Amino acid sequence: MADFSAEMDVAIIGAGVVGCAMARRFALEGARVCVLDAAPDILSGASKANSAILHTGFDAPPDSLELACMQAAYDEYMEIRAAMNLPVLETGAMVAAWSEDEEARLPDLLAQAQGNGVTDTRILSRAEVLAREPELASHVRGALLVPREHVIDPWSAPLAYATQAKALGAEFRFNAPLTAARRDGDTWQLETGAGPLMAKSVINCAGLYGDRVEEILIGTRSFEIRPRKGQFVVFDKAASQHLRTILLPVPNERTKGVVLTRTVYGNLLVGPTAEEQEARDRADVTVSELHKLIAKAVALVPALENMPVTAVYAGLRPASERKDYRVHADAAQGYYCAGGIRSTGLTAALGIARHVFALWSESHSLVWSAPDDPVVPRMPNLAEHLPRDYQIPGHDGIVCHCEMVTAREIRAALDSPLPPGDFGGLRRRTRCAMGRCQGFNCLGRIASLTEGKLRAPLLPEDVA
Amino acid sequence: MTAACDVAIVGGGPAGLGAALELSRLGLRRVVVLERFGEAGGIPRHCGHPPFGMREFRRVLSGPAYARRLVHAAEEAGVEIRTDTTVTAIRPGGVLELATTGGAQTLTAGRVLLATGNRERTRAQLLAPGLRPVGVMNTGALQSLIYLEGKRPFSRPVIVGSEIVALSALLTCRRHGIRPVAMVETRDRPQTRRIDMLLARLMGVPVLTGAELLSIEGAPRVEALRLRHKSEERRLECDGIVFSGRFTPEATVARQSELALDPRTLGPEVDADGRSSDPQVFVAGNVLHPVETAGHCWAEGRRAAQAIFRDMRKTPERAAGARIVPGDGLRYVVPQRLAAGAAAVLNIRTDGAVRGRLVLSDASGRELAARSVHSYPEQPVRLSVPALESAALTGDLTLRLDRKD
Repeated sequence: MADFSAEMDVAIIGAGVVGCAMARRFALEGARVCVLDAAPDILSGASKANSAILHTGFDAPPDSLELACMQAAYDEYMEIRAAMNLPVLETGAMVAAWSEDEEARLPDLLAQAQGNGVTDTRILSRAEVLAREPELASHVRGALLVPREHVIDPWSAPLAYATQAKALGAEFRFNAPLTAARRDGDTWQLETGAGPLMAKSVINCAGLYGDRVEEILIGTRSFEIRPRKGQFVVFDKAASQHLRTILLPVPNERTKGVVLTRTVYGNLLVGPTAEEQEARDRADVTVSELHKLIAKAVALVPALENMPVTAVYAGLRPASERKDYRVHADAAQGYYCAGGIRSTGLTAALGIARHVFALWSESHSLVWSAPDDPVVPRMPNLAEHLPRDYQIPGHDGIVCHCEMVTAREIRAALDSPLPPGDFGGLRRRTRCAMGRCQGFNCLGRIASLTEGKLRAPLLPEDVA
Repeated sequence: MTAACDVAIVGGGPAGLGAALELSRLGLRRVVVLERFGEAGGIPRHCGHPPFGMREFRRVLSGPAYARRLVHAAEEAGVEIRTDTTVTAIRPGGVLELATTGGAQTLTAGRVLLATGNRERTRAQLLAPGLRPVGVMNTGALQSLIYLEGKRPFSRPVIVGSEIVALSALLTCRRHGIRPVAMVETRDRPQTRRIDMLLARLMGVPVLTGAELLSIEGAPRVEALRLRHKSEERRLECDGIVFSGRFTPEATVARQSELALDPRTLGPEVDADGRSSDPQVFVAGNVLHPVETAGHCWAEGRRAAQAIFRDMRKTPERAAGARIVPGDGLRYVVPQRLAAGAAAVLNIRTDGAVRGRLVLSDASGRELAARSVHSYPEQPVRLSVPALESAALTGDLTLRLDRKD
């Protein structure tokens, strides 16, 4: 049981990708860290649904904090990912122009990219685009090539950050929404759904609830979360042979637009939509938008006509009333906020964590000492382009045949330092039941393997 | 290269085991069934109610008992069944790539029979709207939970769909104290015979046809299904949703092996012998035509076995013959090609209920076979075609439906 009387150096509210990276950064610096999340597992809010792209920042607002965080994070990710066994699918990206008007905007995009320090970008002619992607619809007019935009594993990466933080002593409390807070001298007294907690500093990484958490902590909110829904369609693995490069649209002011990209899991993904809404707890998929996404994908790559769909999903991005990240500090109160991370959080999280730690360091003299051993965890590989567990002898049988997930992998996830809290968490850690049949063949077996092991059980207890 | 076995059968369900037994009976010694699950038997393993086995064993069995008998009969006949063995691809030349608990392996076979079956479309494939809570599943998952794992996932589900498998879901519920709230069909009539809906009525389960799904509700578990029925919005409170039917072939191996696929069935394209676009690969069972009964698949497996046996004495040839082009009102026809010299039976599915005359004709418009048809929506329709002369097969054949309404 957690020791509620111990005082933490830092309490982090929210175990999304930003909270996980934050926990890792502060734990690496030697802080005693506790991460709280309202859900039964990490990555249960905005972080569970994204397009899994590691961005260079080529199209980010110049001189923005977002750009700085993305680029610092990009470098750090590339530095740590080999030791953590995190995959990178080196695809590059093309911002494709489909009209005269879009084509005319490519030079500006190139200038922005170059200005942002992404100097390997260049404009491709129609012929060069089609040579690179022969299955693209032939009315493409040209593209901006961004060679270092890549695809990563959107769940294993933040899980690796959290696992490292945990190995360095960070505590994680789930089903622990923040309900009340009081600043008592130089200590925060936090009330949560899983008991009280004391901490010197609090870092708000609460994503879709960032503004509300800020209000609980300091009594006012300096920003307002305006959820933006993104729906996605995942095509059958057979689709991924039709496209190699990430295909981006010429962006508009509000959104990066609909992306067509491979995933490290061997699928092809189209999305997201950008739908403003009030609700923070509803990410509905809708028939009309899903049809539009499929039609969009087919328009870009005609070979996708009649391609079976494997999955559909929707997520909410924690956009705010302004485009910028809402990162700020009130050092006197011991309050730090990484809010409004609306779209590039997966890429930028490591950089945001560094930035917030720098903010924290401005007003604190470092009394902690960094751990001697950073205990770098090595993550199980889920990427299709690298050896999978089922190819290694002794795996005790394949449970999920669509995604080729073994019993050994499922058991390892259930016995890991940060085990899944619910079925979604198990799916994100192993990919089981994520494939074509969505559990038609494997749900029964998974129910048995997980029995008694998930905080939120797969089957309701009253009938199980 | 010497083949490690005469015939490798991918999939140990009714079609695969029916074929294995027949090949063994024909005298082939080295027949191997590759089954990805820990146990062979296929979908009947988790379909815990009768009737199975009438055609094969002349008696009425439950699914699991039927599956055990199929496995037993094949083993008695000397067939080798390798369980926990997943075929990841079939390469030209009869080379199978396998994933086993011992790691990756290859197996070379003189001929391969692909019998990987089918599965129900998921809510994702049906683009069903709403939230994505736990408790939404296919009949297959429901039945494997109950019959293989002894677990009940819910107590008052909504069943979406009205094909035969929806009745199977109803029976499963009835035998295990689960009380379905409603049966919901988005099309405008039940997809089976109307009389089959008596089962729902007997169980007190309302059948809502012509419903439009509005949203799946609930988090983290299912709480309701919202729909529009007779221009009225309704919210069906439930703790589970079963998406039944709308079968699609389990064609992953076929796709990864680059066999030619039929865009109508989404399964491999074959000739009347079950030969695919790879000369050494034959196909049988529900991977060809979603969905037929276990008994039909078993018989089709046997016929494919006989064709393989004849074929093994010749140089392999890819599926050839004239292509059959189905017209308006016809969803699919299997086989997709006909060759000269042998009679064949076409498996046909219509788009919904139809009444009229089915006509197969050659490029010159000459009628080769015909029958009257008066079908319910998901009714398997057969058309017998006599042995054709090669003159009839110089261009595409046309299969048309002359409606009579």
